Amino acid sequence: MNAEPVSGSLSNAFFALLRRDLLLAFRRRTELLFPVIFLLVVVSLFPLGIGPGPQLLARIAPGVIWIAALLATVISLDALFRSDFEDGTLEQFVISGHPLTLIALAKIVAHWLVAGLPIVLLSPLLALWMNLPAESLVVMIMTLALGTPILSLIGSIGVGLTISLKRGGQLLSLLVFPLYVPILIIATAAVMAASDGLPYTQFLGLLIAGLITSVTLAPFAAAAALKISLS
Amino acid sequence: MTSKTDTKTKPRKNALVMFIHKLGSPPWFYDFTGKLIPWFWALFIALTAWGLYLGLVKGPADYLQGESVRIIYLHVPAAWMSMLIYISMAVMGFIALVWRIRIVEILAMVSAPIGAAFTIVTLTAGSLWGRPTWGTYWVWDARLTSELVLLFLFLGVIGLYNSIDEPRKAARAACLLAIVGAVNLPIIHYSVKWWNTLHQGSSISLMGGSSIDSSILWPLLIMAFAAKFFYAANLLTRARVKLLEQDVRKAWVREVLREKK
Repeated sequence: MNAEPVSGSLSNAFFALLRRDLLLAFRRRTELLFPVIFLLVVVSLFPLGIGPGPQLLARIAPGVIWIAALLATVISLDALFRSDFEDGTLEQFVISGHPLTLIALAKIVAHWLVAGLPIVLLSPLLALWMNLPAESLVVMIMTLALGTPILSLIGSIGVGLTISLKRGGQLLSLLVFPLYVPILIIATAAVMAASDGLPYTQFLGLLIAGLITSVTLAPFAAAAALKISLS
Repeated sequence: MTSKTDTKTKPRKNALVMFIHKLGSPPWFYDFTGKLIPWFWALFIALTAWGLYLGLVKGPADYLQGESVRIIYLHVPAAWMSMLIYISMAVMGFIALVWRIRIVEILAMVSAPIGAAFTIVTLTAGSLWGRPTWGTYWVWDARLTSELVLLFLFLGVIGLYNSIDEPRKAARAACLLAIVGAVNLPIIHYSVKWWNTLHQGSSISLMGGSSIDSSILWPLLIMAFAAKFFYAANLLTRARVKLLEQDVRKAWVREVLREKK
């Protein structure tokens, strides 16, 4: 580490950054709402495109809601590091002496609270639209609560890699969607199993395993990506 | 590359270590691989001719699949190569990030288009093979789906590498992405495999449950070796071109170009 003393403890830095990011997000409320509105619009397109048959909608509901969640997350991901990169704050973070991994993790947590949590909270409404059986709704909410943090974590690596590009958004979706495949499969399988009255806890276990693994590894990869982008 | 022999206690390094050190130097690499490439092409052509002769002319048609079984000699080696290239790209990417060797960065990055090409060949050949045997060009079979995701991973690496202007930064970013992809690859593979068995019983087995007859296995293995030499020759040719492009203002490139004239 540098000889320069670092003021404040790690947890202080973490919570200070988290607080700052949340504050910034709530100061720009309209931007905050875009991914949420996007989610609602995308899900509402499916009944329009496929037809209002309740049986069919119930069958495809887990996939539709989850794919809409993936799309909404990717839309919101660009904001994760963008403004800090553009005004040079990110460089100040790097030379602050605090580990970049911790800073990345704080920003990811803030991103999930702002972009991921609304998806979880809105899911009952989406489930209602898609005629999802009530007994699978709880499982749907659980998969989203466990899965959307993984989306933010993996996505942060992609954002870190594309941040120095002017139009990184299009590339970002190409980079992260293949990495989202396992989460999509496991999460929708859990909800479908619940709809069919089959056991589903093993899927939730897999999601928890994925969450633990990505919390452990993704911040390091995101920090490495940011360092490459800032070099 | 600066030689560190004088600072070592032993006057001479191990010959292998010296050789690897030398390969890190662009002029030396350019020279050495220039001598290797014709051999790789020759081996590729010889093995392909032999393998195709055994497979297409001498070998029998399958009792169940008929002549269409011969697509295997293109399809399976390409599939093996696509996965091998992704793994080797990630390993080279790791080496490039840790030791910052420029030649390895270049090798990792020029691997990506070759790997993507092999993936497309695998998917196309598999799809053409699927029509007569499975009755459809495409099914969401576990292996087909994994291969498709692999193609997307390759395209992501290529896309990221070509989007960043500064070549070394681009290579390092894309190398990191390749490593992240490689960590995810087994998870993707197994989740897709398991998704497939969950949603629709895997009624189709590529080999019909039986092991391969030696009349098919031998040409297949020969073709697989031919594909390795194709990769090696193609990889080194691309790496040499990339080196010339990047070092166009350096003295050794001018010397090389003068020699060519």
